[in-house]
Amino acid sequence: MITSAIIPRPLAKLPWRLIFLVAGIAMFGLIVLYSAAGGSAQPWAVKQSIIFTFFLAVAIGMSWMSEGTIKAIAFPLYGATLIMLIGVEALGFVSKGAQRWLDLGPIRLQPSEFMKPAIVLTMARFYDLVPAADVRRWRGIWPAMALLGVPAFLILVQPDLGTCIMVVLCGVTVMFLAGLPWWLFVTPAVAVGIAAPVAYGMMHGYQRKRIDVFLNPESDPLGAGYHIAQSKIAIGSGGIWGKGFLHGSQSHLDYLPEGHTDFVFATMAEEWGLVGGVILICAFGAVIRWGMRVSQNARTRFSQLAAAGLSATIFFYVAINLMMVMGLAPVVGVPLPLVSFGGSAVMTVMLCLGLLMALERHQRTGSAATTLGT
Amino acid sequence: MKHMRFTTAHQSITFSRRMMLLGGAQGAVGALLIGRMGWLSIAQNQKYQLLSESNRVQLIPVPPRRGWIIDRNGKPIAINKASFRVDIIPQQLEKGRDVLPEVANLLALTQDDVERIKGELAESRGFRPVQVAENVSYEQYASVTVRLPDLPGVQATQGFSRYYPDGPAVAHLVGYVGSANAKEYEAENKNPLLLIPGVKIGKQGLEKTLEPYLRGTPGGQRVEVTARGKLVKELDPKPDRSGQTVQLTIDEGLQQYAARRMGDQSGALVAMDVTTGDMLAYVSMPAFDPNSFSEGIGRTEWQMLSENDHIPLLNKVAQGLYPSGSTIKPAMALGFLEQGLDPNRKYHCSGGVQIGNRYFRDDAAHGTVDMRSAIEKSCNAYFWSMGLQTDPQQTTEMVNYLGYGEQFDLPIPTQRFGTMPNPKWLEQKYHRKWQGYDTANTSIGQGYVLINPLQLAVMPARLASGKLLQPRLLMAGARKPMPDLAINPEHLQIIREGMTAVVNRSGTAVASKLPLDGVLMAGKTGTAQVFRLTSRGHQGNWALRDHALFIAFAPADKPRYAIGCIIEHGGFGASAAAPIVRDCMTYLFDKQKAFAALAPLEEQWGGTLAERNARQLAAFKSATHPSA
Repeated sequence: MITSAIIPRPLAKLPWRLIFLVAGIAMFGLIVLYSAAGGSAQPWAVKQSIIFTFFLAVAIGMSWMSEGTIKAIAFPLYGATLIMLIGVEALGFVSKGAQRWLDLGPIRLQPSEFMKPAIVLTMARFYDLVPAADVRRWRGIWPAMALLGVPAFLILVQPDLGTCIMVVLCGVTVMFLAGLPWWLFVTPAVAVGIAAPVAYGMMHGYQRKRIDVFLNPESDPLGAGYHIAQSKIAIGSGGIWGKGFLHGSQSHLDYLPEGHTDFVFATMAEEWGLVGGVILICAFGAVIRWGMRVSQNARTRFSQLAAAGLSATIFFYVAINLMMVMGLAPVVGVPLPLVSFGGSAVMTVMLCLGLLMALERHQRTGSAATTLGT
Repeated sequence: MKHMRFTTAHQSITFSRRMMLLGGAQGAVGALLIGRMGWLSIAQNQKYQLLSESNRVQLIPVPPRRGWIIDRNGKPIAINKASFRVDIIPQQLEKGRDVLPEVANLLALTQDDVERIKGELAESRGFRPVQVAENVSYEQYASVTVRLPDLPGVQATQGFSRYYPDGPAVAHLVGYVGSANAKEYEAENKNPLLLIPGVKIGKQGLEKTLEPYLRGTPGGQRVEVTARGKLVKELDPKPDRSGQTVQLTIDEGLQQYAARRMGDQSGALVAMDVTTGDMLAYVSMPAFDPNSFSEGIGRTEWQMLSENDHIPLLNKVAQGLYPSGSTIKPAMALGFLEQGLDPNRKYHCSGGVQIGNRYFRDDAAHGTVDMRSAIEKSCNAYFWSMGLQTDPQQTTEMVNYLGYGEQFDLPIPTQRFGTMPNPKWLEQKYHRKWQGYDTANTSIGQGYVLINPLQLAVMPARLASGKLLQPRLLMAGARKPMPDLAINPEHLQIIREGMTAVVNRSGTAVASKLPLDGVLMAGKTGTAQVFRLTSRGHQGNWALRDHALFIAFAPADKPRYAIGCIIEHGGFGASAAAPIVRDCMTYLFDKQKAFAALAPLEEQWGGTLAERNARQLAAFKSATHPSA
C-alpha cells in the first residue's frame, strides 16, 4: 500500500507490492521470450506483453469484486465450465480426435484452464456451506469427491494429464485444509502406489513413454528422452552466471524443444544461470507466500479456503513445471505461468491473483466482519 | 476423535495446523528445486557444458589427399587424378521439388542406385552430403553443372581418385584402394572419415601396408549447426594434411619394361641393385588393372580375372612358390667348396648316378666336368655325386644362407617364403632320416625345395656382391647393414666364373648373351619339374609343362644388378626365362637396345600390354554375354 497525497485513493489501495512482483516476473519472461526468438520481439514477446497487460487489467478490475459476489459465482462458474468440458468431449467425439479447445469464433477457449480456479472456489464454497460437524462425515465427503472426480475424469480423457493432475491437486488441497480426516489422504496415496502399474498399463502410448523416459532419460536421449536430456543440458551448461543474454546455444540452435513454452525455464537458466533461476523461484515463492498470507488473515471460512486453494494453484503450476524441466517429474505439459508463451496459463494465474486481490481487499477494508469465532 | 463432535473451533485449529504443513511442504519443494538446479549447474556444470558444446559444434571432416607413390627417380607410380562427382546436400533440397529423377536421368543411374540414394537421403543429417555418383565423365559432370540453378541441393564437385599410370605392370607391387567395408570400419574404431563418400583406403599391396603414411590427417570444417541440421555459421577450420609421398626403390621404367617383356606368359621377375639391396623391379604377370579395382571393378572384369588360369589375382612375387630347379646349383657348389671340395676335381658324367636302388638319370652324358663346367652345363650327375660325398646339413645351410627359404623384412601384406630342406628339418617335420635320394633331389632344386621369386633375385645378388644383402623397397627406410658373407672370396669367385660361363661360353644360356660391348652377364638356368612322369621340356599341355627359371647378375666382372625370373610352365629355363632376363638386363645398360628387342615381339603378340588387355576384356565380354 502506498500512502501518498498525490496518488488517488483507489489506486493507492491496490496491493502494489504484489503487482510489481508479478509484473517483474512477466517482464523477465518477456526478456527470455525475446531471446528465445533469436533476439527478436516477434513472434512471441510482443504478443505475450499484450496478453499479460490485458489479464493484469482484468485481475486488477476483479479486485473490486466483493466476497459475496465470488461466493455467488462459485457454483455457476463450476457448472458452466463443466458443461464446456462435456461440450469439448462431444466435439472431440464427433471429429474423432483429441480435443482440448472450444472454438468460439475469434477466441479459442480451453475450458480445462477455467476448471483450476473453478474447482478451488467450488470446494471452498462447498465446505463453507457444510456445517463443521458434517465435515468428517460421509455426507461432507462424497459430494466433494464427485465435484472433483467428474471434471478430472473429463480432462483426463481429453487427454490432458498435466491439467488433470493440477485440478486434482488443487481440489485435494482445499479438501485437506477443510479438515477432512487424514485417512482420506493417506489411503489414496498408498492406493496410488499400488495402482500406478495398473494405470500405467491403461495410458496412451506417448504418456507411457514419457514416464518411461522420466524414470530413465538417458535410455533414449535422441527419442522420447530428448526433451528432458536437452533441458538438463541447457540448465547444467548455464552454470552459476549463465552464458549471457542472447548467448544460449541450446535454445538458439533449436536443440531445446519447446524452449519458449513448457521449457522456457531451461532457456532462461541457460542464459541467466543459477542466479536467474534462484531469483525467479524466489519471486514465485513471494507471490505464493502473499497468497497464503491472504488465507491466514482471512476472516471467513470461504475466504480462507479459497485463498489457500488459489495460492496452491499457482504453486502447483510452478512446482510441476520446474520439476519437469529439471528432470524431477515426467514431462506432462504444464507451462511456467507468466513466463511461458501462451495465454491460457497467464489467464488462469491472473484470474487466481484477481480473486486473491479481491479477498485481500475485502479483509483489509473489513466491510464484512463475519467473525469466525477466533 | 471418532465420537467427538467436530466443532468450528476444531476446524479452525485444524486449518491453521494444516496451513503450516502446506506452507512447509511448499517451502520444501522450493528448496528442493533450488538444490536440484544448483546440482545441475554447479556440480554437473562441466559435463553439461561439454554436451552443450558437442551439440552446438559439428565437425565436417575434410578428407586428406592420399600421398603419392613414386619410383626411385621420382616418376609417379600411384597418384591422384582429378575426378568428378555428384552429391546431394539434403539440407539444401527444396520441399516439393524432387530433383532425383532428373539427376538420375542426366547421369544414367540405375534403379539400384536411385534406391540407395533415396535410402541414404532418408537417414542423412542435413549438412552431410549424400553421394549420387563418383567418377562421372566430364560430359555428365558438365551436363549437371549447367543445370545446377534448377537443381537445388545438388552439388557437382571435382574430387580426386587414385590413378596408377602403369596399370597392371605395378598391380601386385602397389595393390589397390577401395572404400572401407564394415569390418575395416569397425577395426578403426568407427573412424568417421571412412564413411565420407569418395574416401578410399589401401586394400592390397603397398597401398595397404603403407596406409599410415599415405592417408594423411583429415581436416575439418567446424560448423555451428541447429538441431535440424541447418548450418548457422562456419567456425575456424582445421586444415587437412595430405598423405606423405612414399618413394620406392623401384625403377618405374624397368618395372614397366619387364611387365611388357613377359608378354602373355605367367611369371614373376625381381631385379635388385647389388650394391644397395634396392629392389628395382617387382613384377608379377599377368595382372589385374589396379585402376579398375580402385573405381570399383565391374563384375565381368572380375569374372574374367578369377577364371584366368594364369591367375592374374595372385601376387606371384611374394606368394608364388616353385621348386628352384638348377638355380640352386651355384649355391650347392659353394657349399661343397666351403667343405673343402677341390673345384678342379674331375668328374666323369656318364648320364646318371645309381643311388641306393634307384638310378637317377641326367639329361645328357656331359663327359668329364669340373665344378665350373658342371655349373656351366648344369650337369646333374656331378651335383648328385658330390652331394653324396659332402655333409647335406652343411650344404643345405649354405643354400639357405644365400637366400632360399628366407623371409625378408619387406612391406608386403603376405609373404610365403617356402622351404629349404635340411636333415634336421626333415627329422622334425617328417620324422625320418635324410637319405641319399633327398640329397639328390635337393642338389638339383627338386624334392622339398620351394622358393619364391624374391629369393630368386636375392640369391644371385648375394653371390655377386659377396655381401649378405637384404632387399628393400622403400627409399626412406634405413639402409640395412650388409656384412660380408662368411664365405671365402676365392670360392665365390669360382662360382661367379661358372655362372659367367653359363651365358658366355658353351653353357645352357649362351643364347642369352647381352648384346652389349664389354658387359657380360653371369647366370644360371633352372627347369623345375611340375609333373613327374612326362618328358621334360616341350609339352603339349601348358599346365603340365615345366617351370622355367633364370638367375643372373651383370656385369659379370663388376656386378651391379641381379635379376631372378620365373616363367610358369615356360619349358626350359634357358629358352623362356633367360631371354627375358637378358632383355631386362639390357634395359638397365642400354634402353634403346632393349626396346629394339621388344618391338618385334610385341608386334608378334599383337600390340602392347595395354592394347592386348583391352582386347582380352572385350573378347571375354562378347563370349560371356553373346547378346551384348
